[in-house]
Amino acid sequence: MQVQSMHFKRNASAKLNDAVLQRNMQKAKGKFVDGRAKAVSEVENWEAIRTHAAALRDQCLANLDAYLLEFEANATRHGAVVHWAETAAEACDIIVKIAKENGVAKATKSKSMVSEEVNLNERLEAAGIQPIETDLGEYILQLAGEPPSHIVAPAVHKSKEQVADLFVAAHGKPRLTDIPAMTREARDALRDHFLTADMGISGANFIIAETGTTLTVTNEGNADMVTTVPRIHCVITGVEKVIPTLEDFATLIRLLPRSAVGQTIANYLTLTTGTKMPGDQDGPEQMHIVLVDAGRTKFVGTDMQDMLRCIRCGACMNHCPVYQNVGGHAYGWVYPGPMGSILTPTYVGIENAGDLPNAATFCGECQVVCPVKIPLPDLMRKLRERQHDMRLRPWSERIPMAMWAFAAKRAGLYAFLSKWGARVGSWLGGRDRLIHSLPGIDGWTQGRDMPAPEGRTFRELYVQRRDKQ
Amino acid sequence: MKVGLFVTCLVDLARPSIGFATLKLLQDAGCEVIYPDTQTCCGQPGYNSGAREVSRELALKVLKEFRDCDYVVAPSGSCTGQIKVHYPNDLFRGAPEQRDFEALAAKTFELSDFLINVLNVQTVPGKFEGAVTYHDSCSGLRELSVKMQPRYLLQMAGAEIAEMADCEKCCGFGGTFSIKLGEISTRMAENKCANIRSSGASTIVGGDLGCLLNIEGRLRREGDMTTQVKHFAEIAAGDLSSLDGSERNANTNEHG
Repeated sequence: MQVQSMHFKRNASAKLNDAVLQRNMQKAKGKFVDGRAKAVSEVENWEAIRTHAAALRDQCLANLDAYLLEFEANATRHGAVVHWAETAAEACDIIVKIAKENGVAKATKSKSMVSEEVNLNERLEAAGIQPIETDLGEYILQLAGEPPSHIVAPAVHKSKEQVADLFVAAHGKPRLTDIPAMTREARDALRDHFLTADMGISGANFIIAETGTTLTVTNEGNADMVTTVPRIHCVITGVEKVIPTLEDFATLIRLLPRSAVGQTIANYLTLTTGTKMPGDQDGPEQMHIVLVDAGRTKFVGTDMQDMLRCIRCGACMNHCPVYQNVGGHAYGWVYPGPMGSILTPTYVGIENAGDLPNAATFCGECQVVCPVKIPLPDLMRKLRERQHDMRLRPWSERIPMAMWAFAAKRAGLYAFLSKWGARVGSWLGGRDRLIHSLPGIDGWTQGRDMPAPEGRTFRELYVQRRDKQ
Repeated sequence: MKVGLFVTCLVDLARPSIGFATLKLLQDAGCEVIYPDTQTCCGQPGYNSGAREVSRELALKVLKEFRDCDYVVAPSGSCTGQIKVHYPNDLFRGAPEQRDFEALAAKTFELSDFLINVLNVQTVPGKFEGAVTYHDSCSGLRELSVKMQPRYLLQMAGAEIAEMADCEKCCGFGGTFSIKLGEISTRMAENKCANIRSSGASTIVGGDLGCLLNIEGRLRREGDMTTQVKHFAEIAAGDLSSLDGSERNANTNEHG
């Protein structure tokens, strides 16, 4: 997916004025937010599990190298081949090479955000290999030629009517708007692909060091088809996904579906360990696991490392008032919402995503709902500090900030400026006590009035009163 | 008990009447209130814009100005959060001054939290008839657990609380966010105003002036000139004329 994050403001503006999108977002909001709240309220020791999970993820990250090597050894022992990709391009090279060597014409895919991140579909198509997305949401987006707008519900920005139109164009059947019937139609279309693909490509929610297992959490069962039916199975995932044991997965799976969509447990937990062995009924002849860095290790050992705890549940975006209003596409890359506002600038360069860390009121909802307690607002603030230190923000922000800083440190000057500020502001307020437009704060006054100051500062009035006594 | 009033830069500049309401509530509850008149700002605008150095300097200034107070009280959740949470946990974490900032944090309170949980007040001087709806500002709610405290004060004044939908949702203010990303900020304020209207209350009350200016600004732009927008201190304190200061009366009247 091409980075468009430098155009966040412009894109967000378009999304705010897209009536269909606004309606679709409104519908999704209740489901995610209320669903999570209910599911979480049913777990007595939710906070204790969160605390434990955060510590667990910290432990993974502190020993990332060791767990990854342990994973590699165990996966290899079960017949898988582990590949290490330092960059997005390398990850694609590896998969394309495997496909070509094995004469792959078609690859079915279960949902993988890492594959979106590295532009895998594009690279496969360029090499003459047909990728077929089999997650219903991703399938819809592949038909639409759009990137996902959400990491868990990729097509959340689409209404069923919009999907119906896409299905008519793709399947050439009568238009349906009954969701179960539409789902059946998609299943029928996908069935053939499942059976005829030469390669299955899946992501992984976690990879388990002690067993060499890769693990996918889905609701549609498509991952089972992708990982077991084709003769080659490729897993593409980030290096930070490693956890020590299956027992640890038991902890994290209590948090993940509840945080993501308010489910007690997902419909399918697909664990794949190695290739088809003698006596196995099914399974791939080859299993390749591509472990991708592509910017992840830039976080390790820095004050931003907490971000790598992320288990990709999407709760931060579901609860973010900015995301709720602009949707995922406005963020301009694979990861939207608060987590994206940290990942995107770090992966693709802060100069390409400058507005993202600033697209937050620091309301703190994301941090409260994060199942692994990532201090998302603090991390966004650190990125703002970097922008400040590198002088990346526009003059229109830096000059007022510098003036404010100069004055706020000097009580006398500040008293003088605020005294006159209050008077001028009050005068500008006129009869209705409202300032309707003011250069410099037009970001505010374009959509709101500014209630005028009362006219005198508290300091003036208080000192006057004290001196009288 | 010596209570330092941290009036906040916004109240100082835009709505001194909230500062006087705070003063009255504290004095009525028996506090000796002092107002260090060199105070400017807690540093939050700089802090949240990435200007860490100046926010550290301003934090040191606050520390010095309130050194002699038993308590520091502010009519704002976000400024209190800055002093109570971000000074010790971030800006001076691991610094030689960390202990001093922890001590400052321990004695600093948001106004409603101080009145209810420290002073344990049972009555307030203000009288209010009818229903109000309350907007929970983000920092107070999520950093300081300020939730029922202002509602109790409003009820003591006689107000009924007509809760709005999504009362804990951000109004879109977010300091400089409201200017930098004005369009998104406006939409969030618009959503808030719709919920306020649906609550049926004719007064919207909050505990942070930034949010109140944002909400009032949007209400007025939408043509709503009647819904009152108040800080809870104004309602709980009631008539401010007992604070002598004749210019105070004139000013309050002028503002309506």
